Amino acid sequence: MAALYDRYSAVVYSVALRVLGDTGAAEDVLQEIFMQLWRNPGLFDSSRGSLGPWLAVIARHRAIDGLRKRRPETDIEDVVVSVEPDMAGDAERARAMEKVRGALGSMPSPQRQALEMAYFDGLSHSEISAKTGEPLGTIKTRIRSGLLTLRKVFAA
Amino acid sequence: MSVHEQFGEDLALHALGVLQGGERATLEKHLETCADCRGELEQLRGDMALMALSVAGPVPPGRARQRLMDAVAHEPRRTASSTQRSWWTFVPWVAAAALTVGLVVVWLQNSDLQREIAGLRNDSAQQSAELQRARDVVSTLTATDAMRVTLVAAKTPPQPQGKAIYVRDRSSLIFLASNLQPLPPEKAYELWLIPTSGAPIPAGVFKPDARGSATVVDPPLPAGVQAKAFAITAEPEGGSASPTMPILLIGAGE
Repeated sequence: MAALYDRYSAVVYSVALRVLGDTGAAEDVLQEIFMQLWRNPGLFDSSRGSLGPWLAVIARHRAIDGLRKRRPETDIEDVVVSVEPDMAGDAERARAMEKVRGALGSMPSPQRQALEMAYFDGLSHSEISAKTGEPLGTIKTRIRSGLLTLRKVFAA
Repeated sequence: MSVHEQFGEDLALHALGVLQGGERATLEKHLETCADCRGELEQLRGDMALMALSVAGPVPPGRARQRLMDAVAHEPRRTASSTQRSWWTFVPWVAAAALTVGLVVVWLQNSDLQREIAGLRNDSAQQSAELQRARDVVSTLTATDAMRVTLVAAKTPPQPQGKAIYVRDRSSLIFLASNLQPLPPEKAYELWLIPTSGAPIPAGVFKPDARGSATVVDPPLPAGVQAKAFAITAEPEGGSASPTMPILLIGAGE
């Protein structure tokens, strides 16, 4: 568990901190996720993806649940994540981080904004539409194409 | 991979966990049967994981690590066999057990029914056999082509005779006669049940055949009459309400 923590805690903590904006709350999410993994290692199915991306997705879900003061909506056993890299190594993670930031930086501002509001604030497309005044369909398209842009960066 | 384009945007929203209501229900139903869209959902979650990297940098304080290690030390890890399971994990086993119990119950009920049917068949076969024997007896007794022989002392000329067999509880009467004298066409013999008290009761009008034989089977009679004797008289063809003298044959119960 110590080795796993040392490898992946930064990913979990940083995304939780970005969502929650509070170090204590981010630590709680960190603690909760690793304890769940400790209690039930079967939660993560290594045949269906890498642990790093899976933890990142779970951390984001749990942080959003905490932000919105709601019960966990996603059963983490059901979450399958298909992506490379694994985010395990520092160098690998640093390169990936650079690519992602570059991709986000080159996105049109409204698209990046819609994606970040959905991802980090857990806002629905309807809520984003209401906040920005943009049509619902436009927000939906921006969110999807934003995620696909990130994928293309790594596929290239 | 060919994702159903109409679900493309909803898949992205679902990966982010913000799809709600009818849209979510529709998509989840579609995902049950569409492997391509399930694959795309996994890809989109991968894209989300990449998104997390955009904020990578901060590291948790040392106390967070210590807190986790302390918690881990105080909570033994579960083995695979004792992995916590949701209640629904047992549903198939419970269903299988219920099905087995149900099958056993059905089998037992079926066995009971089979036994009951076998018993009824047996009863039915016995009743059929008894009925057939009764029919045979009646048929023999009442057959017009039956040879009826009355044995008397040797060298005694044939005498008119009648044999009445009466069962009071069932008001059932069989009467057999032989060697009766022929009657004029407007006349017939009439059988009488003479009760222990009261007037004689008509018990059937009949004409003998060419050989002087006759039978009366189950004539209409009042229920439960105690018979003292039976008698035969000659009456008009349509029968009489009371006997016309003389009495031609009479016999009392043994």
